[in-house]
Amino acid sequence: MKSIIIDDEEMARAIIEQLISKNKKLSLVESFSNAIDAIKYLNQNTIDLIFLDIHMPTFTGFDLLQTLKNPPKVILTTSDKNFAIEAFEYDCIVDYLVKPVTQKRFDKAVQKATLFSQASNVESKSKETEVINELYVNIDRRLVKINFATINLIEAKGDYILIKTDGKNYTVHSTMKKIEEKLPDDLFLKVHRSFIINTKKIIDIEDNSVLISNNVIPVSRSNRPELMKRLNLL
Amino acid sequence: MTEKPNLKYIKEISGGDLIFEEKMLEIVKNELPEEIKSYETFLKEQNFKQAAEIVHKIKHKISTLGLEKSYQVAIDYEEELKKKITKSKTQFDTILKVMVNFINQY
Repeated sequence: MKSIIIDDEEMARAIIEQLISKNKKLSLVESFSNAIDAIKYLNQNTIDLIFLDIHMPTFTGFDLLQTLKNPPKVILTTSDKNFAIEAFEYDCIVDYLVKPVTQKRFDKAVQKATLFSQASNVESKSKETEVINELYVNIDRRLVKINFATINLIEAKGDYILIKTDGKNYTVHSTMKKIEEKLPDDLFLKVHRSFIINTKKIIDIEDNSVLISNNVIPVSRSNRPELMKRLNLL
Repeated sequence: MTEKPNLKYIKEISGGDLIFEEKMLEIVKNELPEEIKSYETFLKEQNFKQAAEIVHKIKHKISTLGLEKSYQVAIDYEEELKKKITKSKTQFDTILKVMVNFINQY
């Protein structure tokens, strides 16, 4: 995990730097003696974890957190035990270390941050798949939206691909490989080097072909097992 | 006050890294006298808020030098200063002297 330290005291920064150097999961990217410089950095760079002091002159650790739209995970490092309750009002704060911090306690906090980070990644990935239900294609300098659910099949046509939907066909300058990467795996399957089909649209399967709408699509021998796996066979 | 400063914590986290140990002592040696000066000035000026800020900074050095009981004194004193009270001043000043004597050995 890429981390930064924000603490106005040189001694505190030196200690956290030392603790980071002894933890295999962490790498230190930058150290800041004030929150303002750190905010500027965070607005331009992505990091995984902040070791943040609360008690700093002019701009406190909490002030900093309020200015960040999407803060990374944060471990507070402080001499004050009194801020603990306020600290946990922030979702990004995963732990609260009271100085002087031991290596054992530090490593435990990092472990927590790792778990929180993994959980967030899973959550955001599942959100992504929930959200993306469509594809935009460039046709005559217009970006046309096509819902995945309406696509019957995609056919390779030289330098172009033909996207056949329920109501319309679209010829797009692209490759099968590129569109395959954009399509959800659970819905689409490449059944032949020139055909990707929407498996929900299959009407029937006969020998080495499938019927989709009024199109008979060839299924290559190597792709047939994967197709059979997708079917809810009686 | 029988508590003596020590390098137990610094050595614990250094894991034998002598450069780190030296760096820590260097920081205390450089910063502590300046902080004590500022603390005394703020007290003379009756600027308790700023005096409390300095005590807060020194507090971390106290704990780093293994002074656990003194650390509690510093916590109490910082809170007192925020309320313009100086009840623990003598005790805190003794801690500062002990720390300065200790750090001057290096």
